[in-house]
Amino acid sequence: MSKLSYFTNGLLKENPTFVIVLGTCPTLAVTTSAFNGIGMGLATTFVLTSSNLLISLLRNLIPDKVRIPSFIVIIATFVTIVDLVMKAFVPDLYQALGIFIPLIVVNCIIMGRAEAFAQKNTPVPAILDGLGMGVGFTVALTLLASIREILGNGSIFNIKLVSESASTILIFILAPGAFITYGYMVALVNIIKKKLSL
Amino acid sequence: MEYVIIVIAALLVNNVVLTQFLGICPFLGVSGKINTSVGMGAAVIFVMSLANLVTYLVQQYLLIPLHIEFMQTISFILVIAFLVQVVEIILKKVNPSLYQALGIYLPLITTNCAVLGVTLLAIKKNFNLLESVVYGASMAAGFTFALILMAGIREQLDLLNVPRAMKGFPISLLLAGLLAMAFWGFSGIV
Repeated sequence: MSKLSYFTNGLLKENPTFVIVLGTCPTLAVTTSAFNGIGMGLATTFVLTSSNLLISLLRNLIPDKVRIPSFIVIIATFVTIVDLVMKAFVPDLYQALGIFIPLIVVNCIIMGRAEAFAQKNTPVPAILDGLGMGVGFTVALTLLASIREILGNGSIFNIKLVSESASTILIFILAPGAFITYGYMVALVNIIKKKLSL
Repeated sequence: MEYVIIVIAALLVNNVVLTQFLGICPFLGVSGKINTSVGMGAAVIFVMSLANLVTYLVQQYLLIPLHIEFMQTISFILVIAFLVQVVEIILKKVNPSLYQALGIYLPLITTNCAVLGVTLLAIKKNFNLLESVVYGASMAAGFTFALILMAGIREQLDLLNVPRAMKGFPISLLLAGLLAMAFWGFSGIV
């Protein structure tokens, strides 16, 4: 496996959002606007890459029996860093994402990559894997959020596409729209994957 | 009266799964059969009430006096992981039959984001001790309610012919969307 394929793996083949379907809570909750989607994606990418790197560096030091608690502490440390940095520099985004920033700790993607990849690999592949998965997650979230923002609010990245008085399909930025859009996206990716492999 | 409002708001209006998007993984993963969802729900109610009790005490008597509120995330997730372990050990000794019933669900709860999420929400809402325990229990009951509803529908769904691309997650997500739409009807009650 070449170095690059560690990175590209997370983009489509094992896309955490559409193929493995992990980390669904933030995916559904924060994708009400494209900005929120991209912000959440980048925050998660940072935590994922840093924790992958640290876990990979410490992989021979952490005893097998206490690896899960150790991973949790490592991940929670990086989440706290993100939390404090976002609070200081992007307070609006911090407000919009709310409790889903501390909840990055329990995002299954991060724990999953720590367990399945970082603890068995050297630092460079671990970083690439973290970046690839993170970018895959960010792209997926931004895509989902853009669709919901366009349909539900008639805008993208806060730029209005329709006139202020035009009525939009409000349900797409409400809770039901999150589930429905996500469901159809996963189905679409299933079809695309099937077409590509044929 | 305040408690009634907390219970109804948590159970129906702000349902933890369908409007707050917490605990989606177990919601989609364990909702195949009604029996298993009852087991999972009971385990979550138990752990979430306890977790809210303990994290309230940690926040009020440890983090705030020492001015280390930024340690909230780390300390809460450790408290929850520890609590799940303790509950597992005690249950094994005291009530083996209940342990048999809940056993496999308990380890899953540590990574259930609903538990951590609800403890953080309870702190944000400035509840007192009793209120936050009631809040935790009713949020967990709301989770169980949604889980059982979903399982009931999915048991019927097994008999239907679903398009191949929609099988598995996509159709479950659409179902959840319809349930969420139904729960949207409760908004405004409280």
